[in-house]
Amino acid sequence: MTEQHRFGNNPITCHAWNADKTHVALSPNNNEVHIYQRNGADWKQVDTLNQHDLRVMGIDWAPKTNRIVTSSADRNAYVWSQDKDGKWKPTLVLLRINRAATCVKWSPEENKFAAGSGARLISICYFEKENDWWVSKHIKKPIRSTITCLDWHPNNCLLAAGSSDFKVRIFSSYIKDIEDVPKATQWGAKMPLGQLMTEFVNQNAPVGWVHDVSFSPDGNKICWVSHDSSINVADATKGNGVYRLRTEFLPFLSCTWVTNNSIVAAGHSCIPVLYTLDKDGQMNFLAKLDTSAKKESGGLSAMKMFHSLDKQARIEISDTNLDSIHQNQITCLRIYEGTKEKATKISSSGADGLLVIWNLNASSLSLENLKI
Amino acid sequence: MSATLKPYLTAVRHTLTAAMCLENFCSQVVERHNKPEVEVRTSKELLLTPVVISRNEKEKVLIESSINSIRISIAVKQADEIEKILCKKFMRFMMMRAENFIVLRRKPIEGYDISFLITNFHTEQMYKHKLVDFVIHFMEEIDKEISEMKLAMNARARIVSEEFLKHF
Repeated sequence: MTEQHRFGNNPITCHAWNADKTHVALSPNNNEVHIYQRNGADWKQVDTLNQHDLRVMGIDWAPKTNRIVTSSADRNAYVWSQDKDGKWKPTLVLLRINRAATCVKWSPEENKFAAGSGARLISICYFEKENDWWVSKHIKKPIRSTITCLDWHPNNCLLAAGSSDFKVRIFSSYIKDIEDVPKATQWGAKMPLGQLMTEFVNQNAPVGWVHDVSFSPDGNKICWVSHDSSINVADATKGNGVYRLRTEFLPFLSCTWVTNNSIVAAGHSCIPVLYTLDKDGQMNFLAKLDTSAKKESGGLSAMKMFHSLDKQARIEISDTNLDSIHQNQITCLRIYEGTKEKATKISSSGADGLLVIWNLNASSLSLENLKI
Repeated sequence: MSATLKPYLTAVRHTLTAAMCLENFCSQVVERHNKPEVEVRTSKELLLTPVVISRNEKEKVLIESSINSIRISIAVKQADEIEKILCKKFMRFMMMRAENFIVLRRKPIEGYDISFLITNFHTEQMYKHKLVDFVIHFMEEIDKEISEMKLAMNARARIVSEEFLKHF
């Protein structure tokens, strides 16, 4: 079943797991990153990364090389690596930006990472051995607003970026100093650094700020969620056609693929929702992951009324709490168990300071003939 | 509650719920700043279309939203001169103490009597549905409050004039 973990009352900006999921790095909505070690049902804070001086905006933990990258509103990014006694040591990355760094993601091979920023550019950063520091190359055109989200293609070269100018773009981030020429993909064959492979625009209807973007595990499909409460999928094998599903929920803030044809999205509605793609590329609502039952209304009891009048000076007895597990927007979804190809557990964190681990097994969703 | 008040408040409630989907957003114009975009208005792609919900010519609500903040301006019913004065004084009283109300703006938007400014920092600290409830409750109570004050003032004026005329 679902596990709930509370890390104080502060909102959790974002969280990231290490390779074996025994440690979690999260930021309590300030300039610090806390690292917790799991101890059965308890968590022990093992380290605090406090090198930033403004709110941390993005954390990513590289599973293979065991390094953490953090980005913050103070325009810096740090790569943290563990020394012999298990303490985390920072290395400054020269992002060369003059606005907040909003999001950061390691590439699948972990030899470089991408950081989006409010300076309307993406920094692709890699380690330069000769100089012994992290340097960055910029992708600027044709970005017109803040980069809000990033995701890497499994080939370690293509990068999807969503931004607040309503567009999703796929760039090439091939860096010839550190890697071989990538093979051609469905998104295009020529890939010099900064090449715009595709740009998704919706001319027919207004769309909102893009909140999150995710490549499918095979890399041929891309999914994004935007502020018009829609969830969109584009398929490169079908001529980049965009399928857009308008949902009845409040806008989603985060999305991830959990198999090659199903997506979990969560956001302002406080519940993660599961969608599937059928063979024709149509998207369908499948289930809400949050099946917590409605709290009993209890009718109008005089005792309850006086109780509420006494405690909160209110006559109405309606409960303050929402009917969901998360009590505020969900800002971050991560895969906890499995990979994008077959995820069995995912974790979500939100502005209510909760970290929830959801089970994606069909039995726990109490749905028959569920095939994801 | 009169027949037109309920649908009016319901419309405001649903619009507020949809509009109050805010997130942290650092300024993309000024370095190291984090300002409510609905106030600074520096990038037009970060602002949403404003919505006006009106019950009649006098009573209306303007809801302007942006990526990290929302501004709600309320025009209160003012039938005569006394209500106008009472409303002005009452709003002034509250806006001078805006810090204590947290979400209150120090000046109303032109054409409206009172404005609220809610940012992502407020929605992080407080329940969003309770913030919506607060605005709705405020709208329900403000009419009642002003008509009560008007009655009290009329009653007092009557007593005062009676006392005064006793001397003749």
